[in-house]
Parts: sequence; structure tokens; C-alpha cells
Amino acid sequence: MGLDIRWPIGIMFSLVGLLLVVFGAATSSDSAMYNNTSLGMNINLIWGAVLLVFGAAMLLGAIFGRKKPPSA
Amino acid sequence: MQPIHLAWVDYAILLSYTGFVIGIGFALRRYMKTSADFFLSGHSIPAWVTGLAFMAANLGALELVGMSASGAKYGIATAHFYWVGAIPAMVFLAVFMMPFYYGSKARSVPEYLKLRFDERVRCLNSLTFAVMTVFASGISMNALAKLLAHLLPWKLDAGLFGMRFGSYDAYLLICSFVVLLYVLKGGLTSAIYTEVLQFFMIVLGFSPVVFLGLKDMGGWDVIKGKLVAVAAHPAALSLNDKTFQPDAWTSAWKPVLAGPASNPMGVDVFAIVFGLGFVLSFGYWCTNFLVVQRAMAAKDMTAARRTPLIAAIPKMVFPVLVILPGIIAIALASTPNKGYRLPPVAIKSGAWAPALADIQAARPADAEAVFAAVSKDIGLKLDKVKITALIAEDSGKGMTDVQIKDRLQDAVAENDYDSIILSLVKRYCPSGLLGLALTALLASFMSGMAGNVTAFNTVWTYDLYQAYLAPNKSDQHYFRMGQSITVVGILLSIFCAYFARHYSNAMDVVQLVFGFVNAPLFATFLLGMFWARTTGTGAFLGLLGGTLTSGVFHALTIASGNAPGIKGGYLTVAQTFPSEMAQNFWLASFAFTACFLLTLGISLATKRTKTDEELKGLVYSMTPRLADHDQPFFLRPAVLGCILLAGCVILNIIFW
Repeated sequence: MGLDIRWPIGIMFSLVGLLLVVFGAATSSDSAMYNNTSLGMNINLIWGAVLLVFGAAMLLGAIFGRKKPPSA
Repeated sequence: MQPIHLAWVDYAILLSYTGFVIGIGFALRRYMKTSADFFLSGHSIPAWVTGLAFMAANLGALELVGMSASGAKYGIATAHFYWVGAIPAMVFLAVFMMPFYYGSKARSVPEYLKLRFDERVRCLNSLTFAVMTVFASGISMNALAKLLAHLLPWKLDAGLFGMRFGSYDAYLLICSFVVLLYVLKGGLTSAIYTEVLQFFMIVLGFSPVVFLGLKDMGGWDVIKGKLVAVAAHPAALSLNDKTFQPDAWTSAWKPVLAGPASNPMGVDVFAIVFGLGFVLSFGYWCTNFLVVQRAMAAKDMTAARRTPLIAAIPKMVFPVLVILPGIIAIALASTPNKGYRLPPVAIKSGAWAPALADIQAARPADAEAVFAAVSKDIGLKLDKVKITALIAEDSGKGMTDVQIKDRLQDAVAENDYDSIILSLVKRYCPSGLLGLALTALLASFMSGMAGNVTAFNTVWTYDLYQAYLAPNKSDQHYFRMGQSITVVGILLSIFCAYFARHYSNAMDVVQLVFGFVNAPLFATFLLGMFWARTTGTGAFLGLLGGTLTSGVFHALTIASGNAPGIKGGYLTVAQTFPSEMAQNFWLASFAFTACFLLTLGISLATKRTKTDEELKGLVYSMTPRLADHDQPFFLRPAVLGCILLAGCVILNIIFW
């Protein structure tokens, strides 16, 4: 099928990762929220970064994995 | 269950996911030109994509919710569904069965049955399958709409055409509409792509929850220590009335080998290995068109055979994500200073008024009688100590209704296992991560609907409409029929969602009947694919006989603790099993054996209708072996399959 699925996956997870990183950075002083839930870790910042890396890897795969024109 | 507070970031994540799945549908629209594009993805999808979709089609939210529930109830032994059940079945499908499905050019599983046997078998299979998919997608949507109506803060209650229109209805319609939009535009490819997206959502949305849970408890060894205490006295968590050997929750095999009385599942080795491992799992993974359709969409035979093998790799480690949360939950609940309890079953709204009245009228001296009265009002098992304390406190200083309600709910001593996963999400996820986890749940419910609807429209169009109602029409005709029937399928699912909401008992009956039909199915395929002598009449009557056997078996047996009726034993109770699970596994074993023997006997007594030539590509002995020599040694299906099975053996030994 013409659409390489790595594009939507890559873009979506980069976007969600970015959202989490921005939100994590904006709430980094809100220690009450993180103490009540994620054991004091700013999990948004950490996990947002993980999602960004995953999204970027998918995008790289989509860019470099583009089908070569049929050789024969 | 309290509504939860969601921040803007949570909504942003939810909306971006929804936007992306609709976008995928529209992006795929221009590739949808023929019915084969719509129903079969034009046989053009690479193996890693079909592989993940193969796995994700089964990983509905119900699986996520159900497996964490079983993890809490039964412990590590729940992993048998994966390491004894799913993986060997997936390997078998890849190595032995896929060549016939894909090679026969059949477009669906029922169509394979027609090629191999005759129209009767196809008709039986496609009808039951079509009805089943609609019900399955209705169940999934009902659960999703309920969940959203509970969690999201907007409450809606409007009059519409003389009916009440609430939040439940709104969420049900909105989500169905989203699914409709992308399935209509992109067909099977849309469903497969969103399944892959959903797969990553689940993995990436739930692994931080599991990680935080493990860290909170101090690691796996601490959890194991806690579970030993739980096994000695599971009644403390209202898990089970009995006591078990110390490793009942932490070992997969030892408690099972010690007999049904020694494990919380109440099963024996035969039921696990034959009933679950062989009959039920092979029946599901090898014959259910919902999953097999994913492999059939692969771009060539090699990709089709690799599909289940690729799916098996994440499947093998998935217990970490779906079973472990349940185990973490009971470990948390058995550690007092963690302030966690297993979510209790919610008290029905009609039961509040009489219960409140009883509590408020009570004096500490009649605690005993009041406890009995309130238990009757509520209809659930209650904790006597908590009720007695509540009565004393209320008559001492007087409490508000809300306070009493909270205390009553807390006193319920029955667990709502299906809420465990959500209770952990609430405990560990701050805004942000919360949005991600909820979106993962939403995603898996929606893709559950999409998967069922795409399987439904294919079977309807190819196996019922084209076969019996309107043969020999143009391809465009069937393509348009596929799109129209997608709308019908969604409408039927919505109808079934309401049905499931209002008649949960009738729903149990429906699922029970499907259980009867599915249990013997694998015997038909096994004989059909590997024994050329199997005849159409043999297969058809064998299948009917097997289904009948399930029905009779169910009518004669019951699980201990259940009253005769919908749970079985309505004719007479000839055998009592220690648990419903044991009853299920044995039922499947009997139905399979009956179908197998009947098909065998009737086939020998009837004349073959298909010649050897006609069976070429459909039966093992009539089909030339596939040459895998052009593939690198380690990528050949048989080699990959052996590696996966070895992995399973190792996991079983580690958690022995």
C-alpha cells in the first residue's frame, strides 16, 4: 500500500513526545503532582523524551527506507 | 470509580491520536480502487506491519483488562495463555497452515472451507463468524462508552425524539463514527495501520505504569515475597476462600502439577495442556478469520508465513505488560503502608437508599442484625468489621450521606478485577502520562471495533453476498457493497453495544453459544488440511456434532460455587469442576474430540467428492513442499518457529 506506515507513527509519537516534554518542563516545579503519582520522578519529561526518540527513529526509517524505483 | 481530572495535555494527546487515525483513513483513500484493495489490502503489506497487526487485533482492551484481572486472581499461571497457548499455535499457523490459506488464493477462512469441503461448511462458518464479530465489536464499544462516560467530566442528559440521550450515548456514537470514517476510507489497510499504531500506544503507554509499579514495590523479588503471604491467606484480599501452597501465585507449573485444589485457577495439567494449549488456542489463532485476515493481507507467501512469527516475538514478552499489573496490584494491596486496595465492586445505584436507611436507623447493639440487613440490601459480600465500625461511628456522631456511602463502598469485600488496570493508571500517572495511558485504552477499544468490522464486511461480501445473494457482479459492485456493509456493520455493532448494556445476561448466553461453536472448529481444520480422505459431509456433520457436544457438556456440568442455570448444569449436574476455567477447558477438550472422531468416522463412511487434483494446494499431502532454500537459514519459518518454541520452553522453566 502506497503509504509507509512509519510516517504516521513517527509524526504522531514525535508530537505526543513533544507535548509530554513541554508539559513536563512546564510542571517541573510542581513536585506535589509528581510525588502523589510517579514516585517523585518527572515521568512526563523522561517518557516524553523516550517517545521523541522513538518517533524520530520511525521517521528516519521512513526517510531512508523509501522504496527504490524497481530496478528491473 | 471517581471521574478523574484531566489537564489540557491529556486532551491534546487524545485528540491528536483521533486526528491521526482519521488522517490515515483519508490518506489511504486514494489507494482504494478495487474490492481486493478494500478487503485484502491488495496483498501489499510488509510482514512486520501485518505481524504487529496480527498481534494487535487480539490485543483489544478487553485482553488488557482481562489479563490483568486474571493476573491478580491466578498469578503467573495466567501466562499459560501465552506460553502454552498462543505461541505454539502461532508457530503452527506459520509453518503448517499458512501455505494453504495463502497458497489457495482463498480470500477468507470460510472461502478456504468451501474450496476444501463444500458450501455447507462455508455457510455454517461464515454465518456464525459474521454474527460473532458484530457482537464482539458491540461488547468492545459498550465497554469503551461506559469507561468514557465514567471518566470524562462532561455530563450530558438531553431529550431526543422522546428518548433520553446521555453521555454514554454520545461517546458511543462519536467513537463509532471515528471508526466508521477510517474503515470506510481505507478498508482493511486502515484497520491494520491503526492496529499497529495502537500496538505502539499500548506498549509505550503502559510500560511506564508497570515500571513505576515495580519501582514502588521495590522490584520483582519483593513482590514474590508478598505473594507468598497472599497465597497463605488470600481471603485477606477477598481473592479466594481457600489457602494455597506458598508458590501458588509465583509459579506457573508447580501449583498446576499439584492438582486442581492447589492452584487458584482450579485446573489440572491435562486441562491446561490439551484444553487450553491445544484446543482453544489453536482453534483461536489458526482458524479465526479476524487474525488470519491480517496474515492474508501480506504481500507474498514469505511475508504471510512470517506474520504470525513476527507477532509471536512481542506476544512472548507481553505478560510483562498485561499480567504483571495484576500481580503488582495484589502485592500493593497486601502492603498496608502503600495505601492501595483492590477496587471493590461498585454498589448498584438502586441499593443505596435502603442501605443508607438501615445504617442510619441502626444502634451499635444490633450491629449483627443490621449487617445482615445491609448485606441483603446491597447484594454483595461485605466486611463485617468495617460495617460494625461504621454503625458505631454514625450513631456516635452522625455522618453525612456522602461519608456513609464512601464507607459502605469501602466495606464491599468483592473485587472488581476488571478495574485493576485503571486503578493503577490513576495511582501512577500524573497528567500527561495519564492522557497517554487513556489514549492507549481508547485506541485498543476502537481498533477492536475496526478489526471486527473489517472481518465482518469481508465475510459478508465474499462469503454470503457474492456466494449466495448476488454472484457474478462486477468488482466495483462488490467494492461498493463492502463500503455499504461497513456502515451496516457499525450500526449493528452500536445496536449490540446497547444490547450488551441492557441485557448482560443475554450477552452471556450469546458468548456461551459462540464458545460452543468455536471449541470443535480446529478439529475440522486439522483433519481437512492433513487428511485428504476427509469429506464435506464428514466435516459438516462433525462440526455440528462437536457443537452439540459442547452444549450437552455444558448442560451436564457446573463449576463449584455456581448455581445451575446459565453457568451450566441445567439438565442435571453430572460433574462438578473446581472452577469455571476448568469447566471451559474440559468443555473444549470434549467438543474437539467429538468433532474429530465424528469427522473421521463419517468421512470413512462417505464417498470423497473432491479429487486429488482439486485438493492440490489445500491439503498437506497433495501440495508440493515450499522451498525455503532461497531464504537465509535463520529466517526460514521452521527455523524461526523452533527458536520461538525454545524461547517458550525457557520462559516456562524460569517461572516453573
